[in-house]
Amino acid sequence: MSEQRRYKWVGTRQNRPDGADKVTGRARFGADFNLPGELVGKVLRSPHAHAVIKSIDVSKAAALPGVKAVVTGADFPEQPDQLLPAGEMQVNLRDVTRNVMAKEKALYEGHAIAAVAATTAAVAQEALSLIKVDYEVLPHVIDVQEAMKDGAPILHPHMRTDGVKPAPEKASNIAKRLEFNKGDAAAGFGKADIVIEREFTTQPVHQGYIEPHAALASAAEDGQVQLWTTTQGHFQVRGFCCRLLNLETSQLRVTPSEIGGGFGGKTVVYLEPVAIRLSQKAGKPVKMVMSREEVFRASGPTSGGWVKVKMGAKKDGTIVAADITVALQAGAFAGSPVGPSCMCSMACYDVENIHVVGYDVVSNRPKVAAYRAPGAPISAWAVESVVDMVAQELNIDPIDLRLKNAAKQGTKTHYGPTFGVIGMVETLEAAKASPHYKSKVKPGYARGVAAGFWFNVGADSSAAAHVGEDGSVTIISGNPDIGGSRASLALMAAEELGIDYKKVRPIVADTASIGFNFVTGGSRVTFATGLAVVNATRDMIGQLKQRAAKLWEVDVDAVVWEDGEARPSSTNVGKFEPLSLAKLAASASRTGGPINGHAQLNAQGAGPGFGVHIVDLKVDPDTGICTIDRYTAVQDVGTAIHPSYVEGQLQGGAAQGIGWALNEEYIYDAKGRLLNPGFLDYRMPVASDLPMIETVLVEVPNPAHPYGVRGVGEVPIIPPMAAIGSAIARATGVRMVDLPISPPRLSAALDAATPRMAAE
Amino acid sequence: MARVILTYSFAKQFADGQTEIELPGRTVRQLIRALEARFPALEGHLEGDIAVVIDGVVHQNALLEEVAEDSEVAFIPPIGGG
Repeated sequence: MSEQRRYKWVGTRQNRPDGADKVTGRARFGADFNLPGELVGKVLRSPHAHAVIKSIDVSKAAALPGVKAVVTGADFPEQPDQLLPAGEMQVNLRDVTRNVMAKEKALYEGHAIAAVAATTAAVAQEALSLIKVDYEVLPHVIDVQEAMKDGAPILHPHMRTDGVKPAPEKASNIAKRLEFNKGDAAAGFGKADIVIEREFTTQPVHQGYIEPHAALASAAEDGQVQLWTTTQGHFQVRGFCCRLLNLETSQLRVTPSEIGGGFGGKTVVYLEPVAIRLSQKAGKPVKMVMSREEVFRASGPTSGGWVKVKMGAKKDGTIVAADITVALQAGAFAGSPVGPSCMCSMACYDVENIHVVGYDVVSNRPKVAAYRAPGAPISAWAVESVVDMVAQELNIDPIDLRLKNAAKQGTKTHYGPTFGVIGMVETLEAAKASPHYKSKVKPGYARGVAAGFWFNVGADSSAAAHVGEDGSVTIISGNPDIGGSRASLALMAAEELGIDYKKVRPIVADTASIGFNFVTGGSRVTFATGLAVVNATRDMIGQLKQRAAKLWEVDVDAVVWEDGEARPSSTNVGKFEPLSLAKLAASASRTGGPINGHAQLNAQGAGPGFGVHIVDLKVDPDTGICTIDRYTAVQDVGTAIHPSYVEGQLQGGAAQGIGWALNEEYIYDAKGRLLNPGFLDYRMPVASDLPMIETVLVEVPNPAHPYGVRGVGEVPIIPPMAAIGSAIARATGVRMVDLPISPPRLSAALDAATPRMAAE
Repeated sequence: MARVILTYSFAKQFADGQTEIELPGRTVRQLIRALEARFPALEGHLEGDIAVVIDGVVHQNALLEEVAEDSEVAFIPPIGGG
């Protein structure tokens, strides 16, 4: 980070406003909300990966004493089969309503079939056992490549592949085909001195948020509904629920709890519409909390994928052509992040000839949800591995090779746009200059490097700034705080107002108390909601200057706001004692009433981010266990508003990426049933698995934000898999192409390679 | 004239394979109308589930954003995040 301090508060490491509540246990998460007389809601889930639901008999469950309501798919109105706005997102509501509660078919093990609300958890559980479902079990398909084959079990008989001309007549599990092109890849390969071609796979991985999904709904007789839930976007929850249940948005008030992790997985709805419907039928509040097993069986991980990369380069390291195919598993309903995956695949590089084809593929697994930089890590795993192979083949330093081909301002991407101000070169140079990269690799260890790109987004935000009669300030926004956004918003407000950070209290308001805010996702909050907060405080400062001008009986242009007080703009204005925020607040009633600032905007210009990761590791050839000795994440972060939380984003993304690389996978049996729905068998990294992850923050300010903010939470999960795979390849001579590179898989690959290597 | 860019598959599906088109228009909406006038098959495909990149800057739900005489305006698949 730059040592030159430009700001008083921005860039400092203050305590987070929600810190005390969180370390003392006072903070309330999704499952901590309760209401008098609440019922317990539970969900009956499909034991089959693919089955027709011939009938559901709930009569015995409904008759059980203590049961107050039962719902099935029939309790949720049919929705149109088209993309429609819901909470400012475009979603296919026909699919969303079926994912919340199955109608004609169960499409994955764990798919919700019915739900009950009862006076106790035991009664609710017993009621579930009394629901009789008559299934016709169908053949299923789990793997993305299997799902694409002719003759694969078809999930949706009405589905035809979009993006193909002429439109296909036959049903397919391929929901969409995308194609991107720049130059002439075939001709480009003709200019190459070397051509490398490989196929790679990744497994779906769960976001692994510690807090399970939870919701408490209270529907009143007059149609008004209140909902408390753990979510990344309570306005989206409102939008989804109102669409699915035919409510007006003004009828539903959603209050977000503190959130115990989301990473994209809490931008959709599962329990919320069910809890509301049960509450409407029962006439009492209904609380629902998923078990960890339900989280794994029924909520969305990110896609698994198959990626084929062909890359050609000249002897001097110039990459002249790339041809890439990406197939991503969407889960039971269309909508994988294949578009961003294709677009990010070669975005780090300025290459003349690029051709990319993508497929969005459904299979009998839970519908995927967003996970940090959705889709990008999958294509990066393949492309960055091949870039490393090119570097090895040509005996060029992997960072130098990337620098030679790096995208920069003016680079035309393969998906269309031309880059503006970006920091790929600066990030690579910072990685090369880092203490880690300059250090010697220890004997027995090997080093891997990989890069990553993400667009970042802006979108809709609202904010308000209220000044109290003592001059302290409340900043009101509508984004659940996942990564320390309250602290970042307060820092920017303190900087603008020129007051102490501790005088600024940021709060997250419910849907009835602040204007619309898009989800906390896409690393948009510090950028977009930060912009709204800056504008709201500037609105407030404008009013403060007007009040001072009134008191001094001068023109408002003769007043400036500096260091938290109104001052005459020059000695020509007159001799006036400065008026502090506290003084102006104390006299607010006599000068025009309360002083509140507001802002609402659709933030445009989120600056793209680039990252480079470096890893040193060793491989135990007998067990296949990888031990990471040193790890550094380097990233262009725009301006680090709160450096500790920016570093935390980089460290968290790297840790999740390491789990994706080395351990995490869903294991299914022959009937499509998940065998490892718990953290014991679904092995995410814990602190003892990892070294301290070092960070290097490269600050290339985003010109579209007053403090130069870029989103930082997406990029750090993109490079780890290829960095680790490349380090393993350099350590062992074996290039792994399938994730996870778990000990048994790596051990088997090393054993298989040993005779071959010995022969060579 | 702004230089409008469509993805390869979008162009093949709806715009006779043309990925780059010079069009008059001072806002995104005017460019969409001009595009739809030239390629009627595009109608309804440019105002929903799509992002717009104006001179390298990604815009979500862009409609009334101004574009300069020599702007590059690219329509690309939507971008979310985690």
